[in-house]
Amino acid sequence: MILSALAFYGFSTVAIAAGVMVISARNPVHSVLFLILAFFNAAGLFVLMGAEFLAFILVIVYVGAVAVLFMFVVMMLDINVVEMRQGFLQYLPIGGLIGTVLLLELIFVVTSWAVAPESGGLLAAKAPALTEAHNTEALGRLLYTKYIYLFQGAGMVLLLAMVGAIVLTLRGRPGVRRQRIGHQVRLRRDDVVEIKDVPTGTGI
Amino acid sequence: MQELLVQYLPILIFLGIAVGLAVLMVAASLIVAQQKPDREKLSPYECGFDPFEDARGRFDVRFYLVAILFIIFDLEVAFLFPWAVAFGDIGALGLWSMMVFLAVLTIGFVYEWKKGALEWE
Repeated sequence: MILSALAFYGFSTVAIAAGVMVISARNPVHSVLFLILAFFNAAGLFVLMGAEFLAFILVIVYVGAVAVLFMFVVMMLDINVVEMRQGFLQYLPIGGLIGTVLLLELIFVVTSWAVAPESGGLLAAKAPALTEAHNTEALGRLLYTKYIYLFQGAGMVLLLAMVGAIVLTLRGRPGVRRQRIGHQVRLRRDDVVEIKDVPTGTGI
Repeated sequence: MQELLVQYLPILIFLGIAVGLAVLMVAASLIVAQQKPDREKLSPYECGFDPFEDARGRFDVRFYLVAILFIIFDLEVAFLFPWAVAFGDIGALGLWSMMVFLAVLTIGFVYEWKKGALEWE
């Protein structure tokens, strides 16, 4: 299957190139656009691994919602591009140090990693084969019953995010005139219209 | 596994055509057309007059609130898909676990409605 290998190398090359561009693009808006490109390529890699549901959730949630959120954050911050580039070299030593430590840790983990001999059997027992159930169904069978506590925890995290965002960003503005439909409907003629009996020739 | 990927082959072909066509059109306009850029041609313009201000104006923080509320309900809907597909297999426990999940998020929805986070003044 040469085509899937070609697709894999294409997707991963573009994903890495887009990732490099995210941190090196001068304009933060361009960075967000490259991030979207990286998300799309990651979705392609998920499809190649057979994880269709994750691929499309990646497109729906990350491209459709998270990227828009990032765009709003970038537009909200009012970054001066020239000022930001001046500090770039200043942070290079410490950033390079942290990057090197992370790389060394990853190398240690990968080289000393040993897969337990029985772990393959455990994996195979959980997920049904692709011929028996496609992966959205396989996920659905496990997520809501076997992993019910994690699922409810996810619901709590979402509730917390919702309440937190409202508490942090919602400000009531003074002096805003809102339309109150109930109030408008309840108004009677006598509340708003007054008839004055004006004598002729005197005015009000 | 292979049958699954074969089903995605048309999407890959469309992707290739889209990328190829985009590259072709940009490259053709670079190669074929005469390029005589000058300062006025390259400067941004607003329909006949000089631009009043930078296009990168600051957005209000309220857009952020709308975006984050959208993400949360987007994720809620994303959890509904596998539940609906596997509904026949997961029984009463699966049904009620989803009902509790939806109830928790409905509490948040009522909260934001009552706080007026959905209103745009």
